[in-house]
Amino acid sequence: MAGMSELTASQRFQAFANPARFMALSDRLLPFCTGATALLLAAGLYLSLFASPPDYQQGETVRIMYIHVPSAWLAMFGYMVMAGASAVALVFRHPLADIGAKSAAPIGAAFTFLALVTGSLWGRPMWGTWWVWDARLTSMLILLFLYLGYMALWATIEEPVRAGRAAAVLALVGSINVPIIHYSVVWWNTLHQPASVFRIDGPAIATSMLMPLLIMALGFTLFFMTLLLVRMRAEILRRRVRVLRLARTEG
Amino acid sequence: MMRAFQILLVRDTKLAIRVGGGAGMAVFFFLTVIAIVPLGIGPNLKLLANIAPGMLWVALLLSALLTLDRLFQADYEDGSLDLLMTGALPLELVAAAKALSHWLTTGLPLVVAAPLLGLLLNLETSAFGPLVLAMLIGTPALSFLGAIGAALTVSIRRGGLLASLLVIPFYIPVLIFGVAAAGGGGVSAVPGAGGQSLLLLGAVALVSLVLGPVAAAAALRANLR
Repeated sequence: MAGMSELTASQRFQAFANPARFMALSDRLLPFCTGATALLLAAGLYLSLFASPPDYQQGETVRIMYIHVPSAWLAMFGYMVMAGASAVALVFRHPLADIGAKSAAPIGAAFTFLALVTGSLWGRPMWGTWWVWDARLTSMLILLFLYLGYMALWATIEEPVRAGRAAAVLALVGSINVPIIHYSVVWWNTLHQPASVFRIDGPAIATSMLMPLLIMALGFTLFFMTLLLVRMRAEILRRRVRVLRLARTEG
Repeated sequence: MMRAFQILLVRDTKLAIRVGGGAGMAVFFFLTVIAIVPLGIGPNLKLLANIAPGMLWVALLLSALLTLDRLFQADYEDGSLDLLMTGALPLELVAAAKALSHWLTTGLPLVVAAPLLGLLLNLETSAFGPLVLAMLIGTPALSFLGAIGAALTVSIRRGGLLASLLVIPFYIPVLIFGVAAAGGGGVSAVPGAGGQSLLLLGAVALVSLVLGPVAAAAALRANLR
Protein backbone atom coordinates (compact mmCIF):
# COMPACT_ATOMS: atom_id res chain seq x y z
CA MET A 1 0.00 0.00 0.00
CA ALA A 2 2.87 2.35 0.80
CA GLY A 3 4.39 1.46 -2.56
CA MET A 4 1.31 2.65 -4.32
CA SER A 5 1.46 6.10 -2.79
CA GLU A 6 5.15 6.35 -3.68
CA LEU A 7 4.29 5.46 -7.23
CA THR A 8 1.78 8.30 -7.41
CA ALA A 9 4.31 10.69 -5.95
CA SER A 10 7.01 9.86 -8.47
CA GLN A 11 4.61 9.77 -11.37
CA ARG A 12 3.09 13.02 -10.29
CA PHE A 13 6.45 14.74 -10.44
CA GLN A 14 7.74 13.21 -13.65
CA ALA A 15 5.15 12.33 -16.20
CA PHE A 16 1.96 13.95 -15.07
CA ALA A 17 2.65 17.61 -15.53
CA ASN A 18 -0.62 17.75 -17.38
CA PRO A 19 -3.42 18.48 -14.88
CA ALA A 20 -5.95 16.55 -16.99
CA ARG A 21 -3.87 13.38 -16.75
CA PHE A 22 -3.37 13.99 -13.05
CA MET A 23 -7.14 14.30 -12.62
CA ALA A 24 -7.72 11.00 -14.42
CA LEU A 25 -5.02 9.18 -12.48
CA SER A 26 -5.98 10.57 -9.10
CA ASP A 27 -9.59 9.71 -9.80
CA ARG A 28 -8.62 6.06 -10.15
CA LEU A 29 -6.21 6.11 -7.21
CA LEU A 30 -8.42 7.83 -4.69
CA PRO A 31 -10.72 4.89 -3.84
CA PHE A 32 -7.70 2.67 -3.11
CA CYS A 33 -6.03 5.34 -0.99
CA THR A 34 -9.22 6.01 0.92
CA GLY A 35 -9.86 2.32 1.50
CA ALA A 36 -6.33 1.61 2.65
CA THR A 37 -6.42 4.62 4.97
CA ALA A 38 -9.70 3.47 6.51
CA LEU A 39 -8.43 -0.09 7.01
CA LEU A 40 -5.11 0.97 8.52
CA LEU A 41 -6.64 3.57 10.81
CA ALA A 42 -9.32 1.13 11.98
CA ALA A 43 -6.72 -1.54 12.70
CA GLY A 44 -4.38 0.99 14.29
CA LEU A 45 -7.08 2.49 16.49
CA TYR A 46 -8.24 -0.93 17.68
CA LEU A 47 -4.69 -2.05 18.43
CA SER A 48 -3.69 1.16 20.17
CA LEU A 49 -6.86 1.84 22.14
CA PHE A 50 -7.90 -1.70 23.07
CA ALA A 51 -5.33 -4.38 22.28
CA SER A 52 -2.14 -2.73 23.55
CA PRO A 53 -1.20 -2.78 27.23
CA PRO A 54 -1.30 0.35 29.41
CA ASP A 55 2.05 1.75 30.45
CA TYR A 56 3.30 0.69 33.89
CA GLN A 57 4.02 4.31 34.82
CA GLN A 58 1.67 6.40 32.72
CA GLY A 59 -1.30 4.06 32.78
CA GLU A 60 -4.00 4.57 30.19
CA THR A 61 -2.83 8.08 29.27
CA VAL A 62 -0.04 6.52 27.23
CA ARG A 63 -2.67 5.87 24.56
CA ILE A 64 -2.51 9.57 23.66
CA MET A 65 0.88 8.72 22.23
CA TYR A 66 -0.68 6.75 19.36
CA ILE A 67 -2.33 9.92 18.08
CA HIS A 68 0.26 12.40 19.26
CA VAL A 69 3.44 10.88 17.85
CA PRO A 70 2.12 10.17 14.32
CA SER A 71 0.64 13.69 14.23
CA ALA A 72 4.02 15.17 15.11
CA TRP A 73 5.69 13.05 12.44
CA LEU A 74 3.17 14.09 9.84
CA ALA A 75 3.54 17.73 10.88
CA MET A 76 7.20 17.57 9.90
CA PHE A 77 6.54 15.33 6.90
CA GLY A 78 4.00 17.87 5.67
CA TYR A 79 6.58 20.63 5.79
CA MET A 80 9.03 18.43 3.88
CA VAL A 81 6.40 17.75 1.20
CA MET A 82 5.60 21.46 1.03
CA ALA A 83 9.25 22.53 0.79
CA GLY A 84 10.10 19.76 -1.71
CA ALA A 85 7.15 20.66 -3.93
CA SER A 86 8.09 24.33 -3.64
CA ALA A 87 11.63 23.58 -4.81
CA VAL A 88 10.28 21.62 -7.81
CA ALA A 89 7.82 24.42 -8.57
CA LEU A 90 10.53 27.08 -8.41
CA VAL A 91 13.19 25.19 -10.37
CA PHE A 92 11.18 23.25 -12.97
CA ARG A 93 8.09 25.50 -13.07
CA HIS A 94 6.06 22.34 -12.65
CA PRO A 95 2.41 23.39 -12.42
CA LEU A 96 1.34 20.51 -10.20
CA ALA A 97 4.17 21.04 -7.73
CA ASP A 98 2.80 24.50 -7.10
CA ILE A 99 -0.64 23.08 -6.41
CA GLY A 100 0.84 20.27 -4.32
CA ALA A 101 2.73 22.68 -2.07
CA LYS A 102 -0.34 24.84 -1.57
CA SER A 103 -2.51 21.81 -0.83
CA ALA A 104 -0.05 20.27 1.63
CA ALA A 105 0.15 23.35 3.85
CA PRO A 106 -3.28 23.24 5.56
CA ILE A 107 -2.99 19.48 6.10
CA GLY A 108 0.43 19.89 7.69
CA ALA A 109 -0.86 22.77 9.79
CA ALA A 110 -3.78 20.63 10.96
CA PHE A 111 -1.45 17.82 12.03
CA THR A 112 0.78 20.34 13.81
CA PHE A 113 -2.24 21.67 15.65
CA LEU A 114 -3.34 18.13 16.48
CA ALA A 115 0.14 17.32 17.82
CA LEU A 116 0.04 20.46 19.99
CA VAL A 117 -3.45 19.73 21.34
CA THR A 118 -2.76 16.09 22.10
CA GLY A 119 0.59 17.07 23.60
CA SER A 120 -1.18 19.54 25.82
CA LEU A 121 -3.78 16.97 26.85
CA TRP A 122 -0.98 14.51 27.59
CA GLY A 123 1.00 17.12 29.50
CA ARG A 124 -1.85 17.77 31.92
CA PRO A 125 -1.70 14.36 33.69
CA MET A 126 2.05 13.89 33.12
CA TRP A 127 3.50 17.29 34.00
CA GLY A 128 0.52 18.74 35.86
CA THR A 129 0.12 21.60 33.44
CA TRP A 130 -1.43 22.21 30.02
CA TRP A 131 1.59 23.89 28.57
CA VAL A 132 5.29 23.53 29.23
CA TRP A 133 7.90 25.63 27.40
CA ASP A 134 9.61 22.44 26.45
CA ALA A 135 11.89 22.49 23.41
CA ARG A 136 9.67 20.18 21.38
CA LEU A 137 6.44 21.97 22.17
CA THR A 138 8.03 25.32 21.42
CA SER A 139 9.44 24.23 18.07
CA MET A 140 6.09 22.68 17.17
CA LEU A 141 4.38 25.97 17.96
CA ILE A 142 6.87 27.82 15.75
CA LEU A 143 6.28 25.26 13.00
CA LEU A 144 2.59 26.09 13.22
CA PHE A 145 3.47 29.79 12.83
CA LEU A 146 5.51 28.96 9.73
CA TYR A 147 2.57 27.06 8.24
CA LEU A 148 0.16 29.87 9.03
CA GLY A 149 2.50 32.47 7.53
CA TYR A 150 2.79 30.40 4.37
CA MET A 151 -0.98 30.06 4.11
CA ALA A 152 -1.45 33.78 4.81
CA LEU A 153 0.89 34.65 1.95
CA TRP A 154 -1.13 32.44 -0.43
CA ALA A 155 -4.32 34.06 0.80
CA THR A 156 -3.17 37.67 0.33
CA ILE A 157 -1.60 37.59 -3.13
CA GLU A 158 -4.46 37.32 -5.58
CA GLU A 159 -2.81 36.10 -8.74
CA PRO A 160 -2.03 32.36 -8.36
CA VAL A 161 1.25 32.26 -10.30
CA ARG A 162 2.71 35.20 -8.41
CA ALA A 163 1.44 33.88 -5.08
CA GLY A 164 2.92 30.47 -5.86
CA ARG A 165 6.39 31.88 -6.55
CA ALA A 166 6.43 34.04 -3.42
CA ALA A 167 5.09 31.21 -1.26
CA ALA A 168 7.68 28.81 -2.69
CA VAL A 169 10.48 31.23 -1.74
CA LEU A 170 9.04 31.47 1.76
CA ALA A 171 8.75 27.68 2.12
CA LEU A 172 12.36 27.18 1.02
CA VAL A 173 13.71 29.89 3.33
CA GLY A 174 11.65 28.24 6.07
CA SER A 175 13.12 24.82 5.32
CA ILE A 176 16.63 26.25 5.76
CA ASN A 177 15.55 27.96 8.95
CA VAL A 178 13.61 25.11 10.56
CA PRO A 179 16.74 23.25 11.79
CA ILE A 180 18.33 26.52 12.99
CA ILE A 181 15.18 27.46 14.86
CA HIS A 182 14.86 23.97 16.31
CA TYR A 183 18.43 23.89 17.63
CA SER A 184 18.21 27.41 18.99
CA VAL A 185 15.09 26.40 20.90
CA VAL A 186 16.81 23.27 22.23
CA TRP A 187 19.74 25.43 23.31
CA TRP A 188 17.43 27.95 24.95
CA ASN A 189 15.57 25.16 26.70
CA THR A 190 18.71 23.54 28.15
CA LEU A 191 19.78 26.96 29.44
CA HIS A 192 16.52 27.48 31.24
CA GLN A 193 15.53 24.12 32.57
CA PRO A 194 17.61 21.05 33.11
CA ALA A 195 16.17 17.97 31.46
CA SER A 196 14.01 17.00 34.38
CA VAL A 197 10.54 17.82 33.13
CA PHE A 198 10.59 16.08 29.84
CA ARG A 199 11.67 12.50 29.82
CA ILE A 200 11.20 10.15 26.92
CA ASP A 201 11.39 6.42 27.17
CA GLY A 202 13.74 6.38 24.22
CA PRO A 203 13.95 3.56 21.73
CA ALA A 204 13.35 1.01 24.49
CA ILE A 205 9.64 0.98 23.66
CA ALA A 206 8.00 -2.43 23.94
CA THR A 207 6.99 -4.25 20.76
CA SER A 208 3.39 -4.41 21.98
CA MET A 209 3.33 -0.61 21.82
CA LEU A 210 5.62 -0.16 18.83
CA MET A 211 3.43 -2.19 16.45
CA PRO A 212 0.25 -0.15 16.96
CA LEU A 213 2.32 3.03 16.75
CA LEU A 214 3.84 2.05 13.42
CA ILE A 215 0.46 1.01 12.01
CA MET A 216 -1.00 4.33 13.14
CA ALA A 217 1.92 6.19 11.59
CA LEU A 218 1.40 4.38 8.30
CA GLY A 219 -2.33 5.04 8.45
CA PHE A 220 -1.73 8.74 9.14
CA THR A 221 0.70 8.95 6.22
CA LEU A 222 -1.83 7.41 3.85
CA PHE A 223 -4.47 9.72 5.29
CA PHE A 224 -2.17 12.63 4.48
CA MET A 225 -1.69 11.36 0.92
CA THR A 226 -5.44 10.87 0.42
CA LEU A 227 -6.21 14.36 1.68
CA LEU A 228 -3.42 15.78 -0.46
CA LEU A 229 -4.92 14.16 -3.57
CA VAL A 230 -8.39 15.44 -2.72
CA ARG A 231 -7.12 18.94 -2.04
CA MET A 232 -5.03 19.02 -5.21
CA ARG A 233 -8.05 17.95 -7.27
CA ALA A 234 -10.14 20.64 -5.62
CA GLU A 235 -7.46 23.24 -6.30
CA ILE A 236 -7.24 22.30 -9.98
CA LEU A 237 -11.02 22.56 -10.28
CA ARG A 238 -10.98 25.89 -8.43
CA ARG A 239 -8.44 27.27 -10.88
CA ARG A 240 -10.51 26.08 -13.83
CA VAL A 241 -13.53 27.83 -12.39
CA ARG A 242 -11.48 30.98 -11.87
CA VAL A 243 -10.26 30.95 -15.48
CA LEU A 244 -13.80 30.36 -16.77
CA ARG A 245 -15.16 33.21 -14.67
CA LEU A 246 -12.42 35.57 -15.79
CA ALA A 247 -13.08 34.60 -19.40
CA ARG A 248 -16.77 35.27 -18.96
CA THR A 249 -16.31 38.73 -17.44
CA GLU A 250 -13.76 39.68 -20.07
CA GLY A 251 -15.62 38.17 -23.03
CA MET B 1 29.52 47.29 -9.73
CA MET B 2 30.87 48.27 -6.35
CA ARG B 3 30.20 51.86 -7.30
CA ALA B 4 26.58 51.11 -8.14
CA PHE B 5 26.25 49.34 -4.80
CA GLN B 6 27.75 52.32 -3.01
CA ILE B 7 25.52 54.83 -4.78
CA LEU B 8 22.41 52.83 -3.99
CA LEU B 9 23.47 52.48 -0.35
CA VAL B 10 24.08 56.22 0.00
CA ARG B 11 20.83 57.06 -1.78
CA ASP B 12 18.73 54.78 0.42
CA THR B 13 20.41 55.96 3.59
CA LYS B 14 19.86 59.60 2.67
CA LEU B 15 16.24 58.95 1.79
CA ALA B 16 15.69 57.27 5.14
CA ILE B 17 17.39 59.97 7.20
CA ARG B 18 15.86 63.02 5.51
CA VAL B 19 12.36 64.35 5.97
CA GLY B 20 9.71 61.72 5.29
CA GLY B 21 12.08 58.80 5.77
CA GLY B 22 10.99 58.10 9.31
CA ALA B 23 14.30 56.64 10.50
CA GLY B 24 13.88 58.04 13.99
CA MET B 25 10.50 56.41 14.43
CA ALA B 26 11.91 52.98 15.29
CA VAL B 27 14.00 54.43 18.12
CA PHE B 28 11.02 56.33 19.45
CA PHE B 29 8.91 53.17 19.32
CA PHE B 30 11.71 51.29 21.13
CA LEU B 31 11.62 53.95 23.87
CA THR B 32 7.85 53.78 24.29
CA VAL B 33 7.78 49.97 24.47
CA ILE B 34 10.51 49.96 27.13
CA ALA B 35 8.69 52.73 29.01
CA ILE B 36 5.43 50.78 29.22
CA VAL B 37 7.10 47.61 30.52
CA PRO B 38 7.53 48.87 34.11
CA LEU B 39 4.02 50.32 33.93
CA GLY B 40 2.74 46.88 33.06
CA ILE B 41 4.69 44.71 35.50
CA GLY B 42 5.35 47.15 38.33
CA PRO B 43 8.37 49.22 39.41
CA ASN B 44 10.20 46.41 41.23
CA LEU B 45 13.86 47.17 40.40
CA LYS B 46 15.09 43.67 41.07
CA LEU B 47 12.52 42.12 38.75
CA LEU B 48 13.22 44.76 36.10
CA ALA B 49 16.97 44.06 36.25
CA ASN B 50 16.24 40.36 35.75
CA ILE B 51 14.11 40.80 32.67
CA ALA B 52 16.01 43.79 31.24
CA PRO B 53 18.13 41.95 28.59
CA GLY B 54 15.14 39.94 27.38
CA MET B 55 12.79 42.92 27.30
CA LEU B 56 15.34 45.07 25.47
CA TRP B 57 15.76 42.36 22.84
CA VAL B 58 12.04 41.82 22.39
CA ALA B 59 11.42 45.56 22.08
CA LEU B 60 14.33 45.85 19.63
CA LEU B 61 12.81 43.07 17.51
CA LEU B 62 9.43 44.78 17.44
CA SER B 63 11.00 48.13 16.53
CA ALA B 64 12.94 46.54 13.68
CA LEU B 65 9.74 44.86 12.40
CA LEU B 66 7.90 48.15 12.41
CA THR B 67 10.16 49.67 9.76
CA LEU B 68 10.37 46.65 7.45
CA ASP B 69 7.47 47.49 5.17
CA ARG B 70 9.20 50.57 3.73
CA LEU B 71 12.30 48.59 2.74
CA PHE B 72 11.20 47.96 -0.84
CA GLN B 73 7.70 49.39 -0.97
CA ALA B 74 8.53 53.04 -1.71
CA ASP B 75 10.69 51.99 -4.65
CA TYR B 76 8.03 49.53 -5.79
CA GLU B 77 5.33 52.18 -5.79
CA ASP B 78 7.22 54.81 -7.78
CA GLY B 79 8.73 52.32 -10.22
CA SER B 80 12.36 52.66 -9.14
CA LEU B 81 12.45 48.98 -8.35
CA ASP B 82 11.71 48.08 -11.97
CA LEU B 83 14.61 50.26 -13.06
CA LEU B 84 16.88 48.71 -10.45
CA MET B 85 15.95 45.25 -11.76
CA THR B 86 17.05 46.17 -15.27
CA GLY B 87 20.22 47.89 -14.06
CA ALA B 88 23.77 46.57 -13.98
CA LEU B 89 23.67 45.69 -10.30
CA PRO B 90 22.42 42.14 -9.64
CA LEU B 91 19.15 42.12 -7.75
CA GLU B 92 20.80 40.22 -4.90
CA LEU B 93 23.19 43.13 -4.37
CA VAL B 94 20.32 45.62 -4.64
CA ALA B 95 18.60 43.74 -1.82
CA ALA B 96 21.86 43.64 0.14
CA ALA B 97 22.38 47.39 -0.26
CA LYS B 98 18.84 48.10 0.88
CA ALA B 99 19.14 45.77 3.86
CA LEU B 100 22.47 47.34 4.81
CA SER B 101 20.96 50.80 4.57
CA HIS B 102 18.07 49.59 6.73
CA TRP B 103 20.56 48.41 9.32
CA LEU B 104 22.47 51.71 9.25
CA THR B 105 19.32 53.78 9.70
CA THR B 106 17.34 51.47 12.01
CA GLY B 107 19.49 48.74 13.56
CA LEU B 108 22.44 50.93 14.52
CA PRO B 109 20.38 53.71 16.18
CA LEU B 110 18.50 51.04 18.13
CA VAL B 111 21.77 49.55 19.38
CA VAL B 112 22.97 53.01 20.41
CA ALA B 113 19.70 53.66 22.25
CA ALA B 114 19.63 50.28 24.00
CA PRO B 115 22.09 51.06 26.86
CA LEU B 116 20.21 54.26 27.70
CA LEU B 117 16.97 52.34 27.85
CA GLY B 118 18.80 49.72 29.91
CA LEU B 119 19.15 52.39 32.59
CA LEU B 120 15.36 52.68 32.72
CA LEU B 121 15.12 48.95 33.37
CA ASN B 122 17.89 48.95 36.00
CA LEU B 123 20.17 46.80 33.82
CA GLU B 124 23.28 45.75 35.73
CA THR B 125 26.41 47.76 34.88
CA SER B 126 28.35 44.63 33.97
CA ALA B 127 25.70 43.67 31.43
CA PHE B 128 25.99 46.80 29.26
CA GLY B 129 29.06 45.65 27.33
CA PRO B 130 27.79 42.17 26.43
CA LEU B 131 24.35 43.57 25.54
CA VAL B 132 25.71 46.15 23.11
CA LEU B 133 28.12 43.64 21.59
CA ALA B 134 25.36 41.06 21.10
CA MET B 135 23.05 43.65 19.57
CA LEU B 136 25.77 44.89 17.23
CA ILE B 137 26.24 41.35 15.95
CA GLY B 138 22.55 40.43 15.96
CA THR B 139 20.87 43.48 14.42
CA PRO B 140 22.31 42.98 10.89
CA ALA B 141 20.59 39.59 10.90
CA LEU B 142 17.30 41.34 11.69
CA SER B 143 17.69 43.65 8.70
CA PHE B 144 18.79 40.94 6.27
CA LEU B 145 16.15 38.39 7.34
CA GLY B 146 13.58 41.15 7.42
CA ALA B 147 14.41 41.97 3.80
CA ILE B 148 12.96 38.55 2.87
CA GLY B 149 9.63 39.34 4.48
CA ALA B 150 9.59 42.84 2.99
CA ALA B 151 10.33 41.48 -0.48
CA LEU B 152 7.67 38.76 -0.22
CA THR B 153 4.97 41.27 0.67
CA VAL B 154 6.12 44.14 -1.55
CA SER B 155 3.11 44.00 -3.87
CA ILE B 156 0.55 43.68 -1.08
CA ARG B 157 -1.23 46.74 0.17
CA ARG B 158 -0.47 47.23 3.85
CA GLY B 159 1.88 44.27 3.69
CA GLY B 160 3.78 45.34 6.79
CA LEU B 161 1.67 43.27 9.14
CA LEU B 162 2.01 40.14 7.03
CA ALA B 163 5.75 40.76 6.69
CA SER B 164 6.02 40.83 10.49
CA LEU B 165 4.09 37.58 10.80
CA LEU B 166 6.30 35.89 8.22
CA VAL B 167 9.55 37.15 9.69
CA ILE B 168 9.00 36.65 13.43
CA PRO B 169 9.72 32.87 13.32
CA PHE B 170 13.01 33.59 11.55
CA TYR B 171 13.92 36.09 14.26
CA ILE B 172 13.62 33.52 17.03
CA PRO B 173 17.23 32.21 16.85
CA VAL B 174 18.54 35.80 16.91
CA LEU B 175 16.42 36.52 19.97
CA ILE B 176 17.46 33.36 21.81
CA PHE B 177 21.19 33.66 21.17
CA GLY B 178 21.08 37.43 21.58
CA VAL B 179 19.47 37.29 25.00
CA ALA B 180 21.78 34.48 26.10
CA ALA B 181 24.86 36.41 24.92
CA ALA B 182 23.65 39.51 26.73
CA GLY B 183 23.54 37.57 29.97
CA GLY B 184 19.75 37.30 30.29
CA GLY B 185 17.59 34.31 30.98
CA GLY B 186 19.58 32.85 33.85
CA VAL B 187 22.66 32.05 31.79
CA SER B 188 24.92 32.51 34.78
CA ALA B 189 23.92 28.98 35.80
CA VAL B 190 25.85 27.63 32.81
CA PRO B 191 29.47 28.82 32.69
CA GLY B 192 30.69 29.87 29.24
CA ALA B 193 27.20 29.94 27.76
CA GLY B 194 27.42 33.68 27.07
CA GLY B 195 30.49 33.30 24.86
CA GLN B 196 29.06 30.28 23.08
CA SER B 197 25.81 31.99 22.30
CA LEU B 198 27.71 35.03 21.05
CA LEU B 199 29.48 32.77 18.55
CA LEU B 200 26.19 31.13 17.58
CA LEU B 201 24.63 34.57 17.17
CA GLY B 202 27.50 35.47 14.85
CA ALA B 203 26.85 32.27 12.87
CA VAL B 204 23.15 33.11 12.52
CA ALA B 205 24.04 36.64 11.41
CA LEU B 206 26.47 35.35 8.77
CA VAL B 207 23.92 32.85 7.43
CA SER B 208 21.29 35.56 7.18
CA LEU B 209 23.79 37.84 5.41
CA VAL B 210 23.93 35.26 2.62
CA LEU B 211 20.40 33.91 2.75
CA GLY B 212 18.65 37.26 3.08
CA PRO B 213 19.71 38.97 -0.19
CA VAL B 214 19.36 35.78 -2.25
CA ALA B 215 15.88 34.97 -0.95
CA ALA B 216 14.78 38.61 -1.08
CA ALA B 217 15.89 38.87 -4.71
CA ALA B 218 13.99 35.67 -5.57
CA ALA B 219 10.92 37.04 -3.82
CA LEU B 220 11.19 40.36 -5.68
CA ARG B 221 11.42 38.53 -9.00
CA ALA B 222 8.34 36.51 -8.07
CA ASN B 223 6.42 39.66 -7.23
CA LEU B 224 7.50 41.83 -10.15
CA ARG B 225 7.09 39.45 -13.05
